[in-house]
Amino acid sequence: MSAAWVSTHWPAMLSAATHARQAAKSAVPPKFEFFSPEQAVEIEAVSARIIPTTDTPGAREAGVVFFIDRALVTFGKANQKLYAEGLPGLQARVHEMFPGTEKFSAATSEQQDDILESLDERHAGGRGRPFRPSSAAQTFFETIRVDTISGFLIDPASDKRGNRDGVGWKVIGRDDAHMFQPPFGYYDKDYPGWQPNPTDADKTKS
Amino acid sequence: MKPEQPKYKTSEEVDFVIIGSGAAGGILAKELSGNGYRVVVLEQGPYLTEKDFVHDEIKVLNQDLLTNHPELQPNTFRKTPDEKAKPQRALVYGRLVGGTSVHFTANFWRFHEIDFTEHTRFGPAASAAMADWPITYADLEPYYTKVEWEIGVSGQAGASPFDPPRSKPYPMPPLPVKSGGVLFERAARKLGWHPFPAPMAILSQPRPGRSACVNCGFCLGFGCEVGAKSSSLATAIRMAEKTGRCEIRPNSYVHRIEVDANGRATGAVYFDEKRNVQRQKAKAVVVCANGAETPRLLLLSANKQFPNGLANSSGMVGKHLMLNSGAIATGVFEHPLNDYKGFAVSRILHDFYELDPEKVGFRGGGGLDARFDLTPISMALGSLPPDTPRWGKGFKDVLSHNFTRTVEIFCHGTSLPVENNSFSLDPDLKDAWGLPALRMTYKDHPDDLKLCTWLSARATELLDAAGAQKMWAPPVQEQQFAVHLLGTCRMGKDPKSSVINSDHQTHDVKNLFLCDGSSLVTSGRGQPTMTIEALAFRAADRITALAKRGDLSA
Repeated sequence: MSAAWVSTHWPAMLSAATHARQAAKSAVPPKFEFFSPEQAVEIEAVSARIIPTTDTPGAREAGVVFFIDRALVTFGKANQKLYAEGLPGLQARVHEMFPGTEKFSAATSEQQDDILESLDERHAGGRGRPFRPSSAAQTFFETIRVDTISGFLIDPASDKRGNRDGVGWKVIGRDDAHMFQPPFGYYDKDYPGWQPNPTDADKTKS
Repeated sequence: MKPEQPKYKTSEEVDFVIIGSGAAGGILAKELSGNGYRVVVLEQGPYLTEKDFVHDEIKVLNQDLLTNHPELQPNTFRKTPDEKAKPQRALVYGRLVGGTSVHFTANFWRFHEIDFTEHTRFGPAASAAMADWPITYADLEPYYTKVEWEIGVSGQAGASPFDPPRSKPYPMPPLPVKSGGVLFERAARKLGWHPFPAPMAILSQPRPGRSACVNCGFCLGFGCEVGAKSSSLATAIRMAEKTGRCEIRPNSYVHRIEVDANGRATGAVYFDEKRNVQRQKAKAVVVCANGAETPRLLLLSANKQFPNGLANSSGMVGKHLMLNSGAIATGVFEHPLNDYKGFAVSRILHDFYELDPEKVGFRGGGGLDARFDLTPISMALGSLPPDTPRWGKGFKDVLSHNFTRTVEIFCHGTSLPVENNSFSLDPDLKDAWGLPALRMTYKDHPDDLKLCTWLSARATELLDAAGAQKMWAPPVQEQQFAVHLLGTCRMGKDPKSSVINSDHQTHDVKNLFLCDGSSLVTSGRGQPTMTIEALAFRAADRITALAKRGDLSA
């Protein structure tokens, strides 16, 4: 790859991204901007069942709760009420299903899954092409589901406080780079180069 | 760096005011200013540049950094004219300098001869308003070549036996093949089809001031940080600015074209960034605002002389909307493809471009491509197998396995022109500036749905032949969302059934020209931008010839 391959814009962008990553790493433990510490514990517990920690990191390690917290004071302000009312609703559901358990974060993983199952109305929304309108109902669970997935997978170089240290991308196998060269994957690594189609093409119209 | 631009006074009568700076507007600005004319381009969106193009999916996709905003410019949708339209996001387009060409996939197929002469070749189609173009492929061929060389298109001439004739090879080789492309190529050949390297408006080799593609993987929906995507922003707009005669005026939302007592256009009225009303005077007006906003602007410009909307004596403004039909089949393979790296499409095929209606039982045709145009969040929320759990360990396991192993087969096809399918003004809903909102009326022609179902079956055959371990294809549904905005001010010889002539001049107003997706008479097989740009180069020649003859002066 020749030096001319890379435009003048690119190094600047890479350096900005690197700077953002380092800033994110070196920062003192971030403060919450919307949630109280108690609320944050509950939100993190919910997110950790949506993308659980297994043999690979989950929503907890990706700092998804910080992403949601930042969202609620920036681009996701419209959802403040949904979260503010959703949390007591969650609490009520915990008491209803598991009397004696004080809060969601105190329940066992199995109980937590049962509680979330009861809140998941399985709307068909959320599937579709980018830009296609989503019919996802604005329920608390659907919102936190989408927010958790978004916070797990957002570009770690963004200002959204999600995907801490790029762990979400590691989990799905996306290299945290923005410049690649072929071969890209398993099936193109031994590609012999373009060979013309057989010449007997008689333009058969099906 | 933006070159120095002239600053024209709004009271100064410039030669041309061009409304819209996208695929067509950018090229017309470049050509007309290059031919010595004073040009003002009014663009409703902001002037963003490479430094603004980030990979933050929330900012770019969810918050419409580059696109029309559903809260500022809401719209309504209905299937048929007897229904009351409901508020619903029905369309997306690029709303910034460069327009939709900034964020598109960059598939750059030429139309074939059949697209221009389908009506004569096969005759009328039930409930469709079929028509031939007043120009042919041969008329447009030199301009297709001009697009490839001036704007920058990568491809392999002669690789598809179905390609129409061309006067010159591509200016640069195709982009590298992706794993999904290799699987597509092998499987298609096994089936006796003729895959070939996708022609893409993305640089495989650097050009002055622009990098070759660095394969970042944030392509469809995103602006290119290195100028490799051949958007109008990275190409024609920059060239127009270099002439020293073209002013690009962003944040200028045109809502009326004014005419004098003789029925000649005198300029454009717009809201500036502070929502103050401004009037730019011009000798001639060229509207390149896209297949939705161009007819809307004509309808908004109705007056006593033109009670049904400007240049609408035919009543055809806004009608014959075509979106291109489409279907998707998705496959998951044993080993990582890593198709998230790079541009979206590396292999396509055109074996089904011309289908025999007698044999298949419907009109139309299409093409297939192998693509991965997904980014991490959009993949996780939208493109996992339908039986995937929505959350929890099961969800995480499928997502982790599939992200690197997925490829999609996209089917692109014709939309037949139907008069009722249209953009019009909503009688109730207003945008944030108080203007009537766009109302979309659309119901796919039955043949479009049959075509999609037929192509979807071919896509599934292909994935099967490629050895996919899992595959699925959602059932074909009627469309309610528009990306390709075509046919709404169609070109034609007859002023009673078309809006513009083959010079892109409106039949009714001699110094008013329209050039964008709205000019198309047929939809092509799925990738219209190349044709829109070729038309723009040709329109610039035609308009210049008329101007030289003095036909545009009062």
